Amino acid sequence: MAHCYINGIGCVSAQDTSDYKTFLENQFELTENVVHVHKPNYRDYIKPAMSRRMANGVKNGVVAATLALREAGIENPEAIITGTGMGCTIDSGKFLKNIVENDEQFLTPTSFIQSTHNTVGGQIALGLKCKAYNVTYVHNATSFETSLIDALLMIKDNETNILVGGIDEIGDYSLSLHQLVGYVKEQDTLANGLLNSNSSGVVYGEGAQFFALENQKKTTTYAELVDVEIYDSIAKNDVEAKLIQFLKTNNLDVSDLDLVVLGNNGDIDFDPIYNDLQNSLLKDTQQIYYKQLSGEYLTVSSFGLWIASQICKTQDVPEFLKLNSKKVTTIKNILLYNQYKGESHSFTLLCSC
Amino acid sequence: MSKGVAVTGMGIISSIGNNLEENYQSLVSEKQGISKIKKIKTIHKNVIKVGEIDYTNNELVTLLGLSDSNNYSRTAMLGELAAKEAVKNANITDINKYRTGLISATSVGGMDMTEKFYYSQFKETKNRKYIASHDAGDTSKKIAESLGITGFVSTISTACSSSANAIMLGARLIKAGKIDRVIVGGSDCLSKFTINGFKTLMILSETDCKPFDENRTGLNLGEAAAFLVLESDEVVKNENKKVLAYVSGYANANDAYHQTASSENGEGATLAMQKALKIAKIKPTEIDYINAHGTATPNNDHSESSALINVFGANVPDFSSTKAYTGHTLAAAAAIEAVYSILAIQNEIIFPNLNFETPITDTLLVPKTEVTKKEIQHVLSNSFGFGGNCSTLIFSKA
Repeated sequence: MAHCYINGIGCVSAQDTSDYKTFLENQFELTENVVHVHKPNYRDYIKPAMSRRMANGVKNGVVAATLALREAGIENPEAIITGTGMGCTIDSGKFLKNIVENDEQFLTPTSFIQSTHNTVGGQIALGLKCKAYNVTYVHNATSFETSLIDALLMIKDNETNILVGGIDEIGDYSLSLHQLVGYVKEQDTLANGLLNSNSSGVVYGEGAQFFALENQKKTTTYAELVDVEIYDSIAKNDVEAKLIQFLKTNNLDVSDLDLVVLGNNGDIDFDPIYNDLQNSLLKDTQQIYYKQLSGEYLTVSSFGLWIASQICKTQDVPEFLKLNSKKVTTIKNILLYNQYKGESHSFTLLCSC
Repeated sequence: MSKGVAVTGMGIISSIGNNLEENYQSLVSEKQGISKIKKIKTIHKNVIKVGEIDYTNNELVTLLGLSDSNNYSRTAMLGELAAKEAVKNANITDINKYRTGLISATSVGGMDMTEKFYYSQFKETKNRKYIASHDAGDTSKKIAESLGITGFVSTISTACSSSANAIMLGARLIKAGKIDRVIVGGSDCLSKFTINGFKTLMILSETDCKPFDENRTGLNLGEAAAFLVLESDEVVKNENKKVLAYVSGYANANDAYHQTASSENGEGATLAMQKALKIAKIKPTEIDYINAHGTATPNNDHSESSALINVFGANVPDFSSTKAYTGHTLAAAAAIEAVYSILAIQNEIIFPNLNFETPITDTLLVPKTEVTKKEIQHVLSNSFGFGGNCSTLIFSKA
């Protein structure tokens, strides 16, 4: 059976993640309730003529994809698979606003053209002249994980290299609606850190993370992507059992885990799902979290995978990520668990090579 | 050897029928479902021609037995109706007896409600419930919940090829043994967003669309939902299931030519058809009928014709586009055409390409214009979309 290796990664996030060393030196816990990405120098990656029409999310996706492919030394991947929870909200918001405000008149097509959910995948293919398989998953907080599942199927089916990414962008109109219904935390609740916000809602974020997956190990290899499983809903007391079952499918036990990467986002209504695991099943396992650095968006688990990949390669767990004091010297098996609003659960298993 | 992945149930709602039987009757009696916009509050009402489903939202709420406080978009309601018919058609009584998933496709999602309550959501609280049902994934979540599916649930959005990719992923998951049964398809309702979007692209026809005609002037939009039930050979055997047809081939390629337009030579479409034939392990000459994408835009039909000639040479099989019946139903199109393809196999009938008069000068391809009896072993169905997406599915006789 073919194995799937993460051989290149690219990350555009709220932090300066242009390289891991810079990130480690400059990282900071977010204190704003709405957080945009640290903008890369787009001109280094995208021709100005193309860039002009692209919304931020599309640009971020193209940059992250370019970085991942470049690192793995892949020119033309055999598949481009993207996940996005909300899609191109900037352009769809723009087109919608024009429709409503101008009573459906005097409209131009540009923002409509760029508003489809698969714009990022399409633009990457256009830029690379890549005629391969190209799909976009748009399923809430498991959009990125479905992309990984698809990629794993392909690698096991003898494809050799695949580009996979998660992208979400902040659009003004979506943000205003989400603020209206309390999805976004109030700024002043963040003074004592994300996990002490004692409030509902999330830090509203955006980002783009891409991964070059291959069936061969290379000098650039970060980790082996072993397995991914998604559950649209899990009964409240059943998360533990599903986690154990996932590990068992992969011939592992909780005691085999060297690190768990959890999706805690400071939402008091749904963080207890993580806390329950932290305090019982996973209490003897080294635990980290990452959304204090990225904010929450529906494909933010791809930022979690970026961090986990880096830890796998460097074999060092930075202090600022830690949720408990448990220490493990050799990190082999890493489990990522994420959910959003108590739904869209995902388990991802990485293994160091 | 397995013939592919078994299809054991189908469900559909479109402007030519509220269920499988009504759709079939309309197809064979050449009854098209295109008329001027009646239901949507738009300045284009009574002007632009579309394939609108007769049910109002209130009627759909009643049919599905939803509460008054529900936050269903029309996309989700149409989807749920079709998915339930598919499950019933497959005689499934205990959905969780096997590992069952749902993969649905949509491009509109909850945009119909978002555009309707664009301002009022800010002023009053009662319509804010639709904020949570705007994203594409919400449609599938609702359908999954209504069917009792909790495991693998996903949503695909690759514009007008979306549900072909949903069917493809479902078939691949079953082949890989990841899942035993999966409900696959798509749903899209009409919205001001898409009507105006396609209007600005100047590809909407003012008259009934004429796929593959030299004088075609564009597409009619439509709304629809359709789902297939796919089951593993093991489930089919255990449950002694009747197999309606097999998904034997599938492929997805990218044209990588333009964000919205297809290349002149149909390169992406050519690649998709060739790859699908390879997976189905059949020769081009074995295809008995092609349900073409055939949107009736000048660009698509020319590009697709070129691709058909690339793949089939001088012997392009009998083909037709059924878009003149239903309109172009975007993310649902590939799923409704999958249902039509399987109906063609089951009933040994090719459904006609309505409104065709004159072949395209460059390619001279002539579609089937009358209901034609023919024994059909293999049907090839094309779907293409924005972002260069080209998908092909092949269905084979059980």
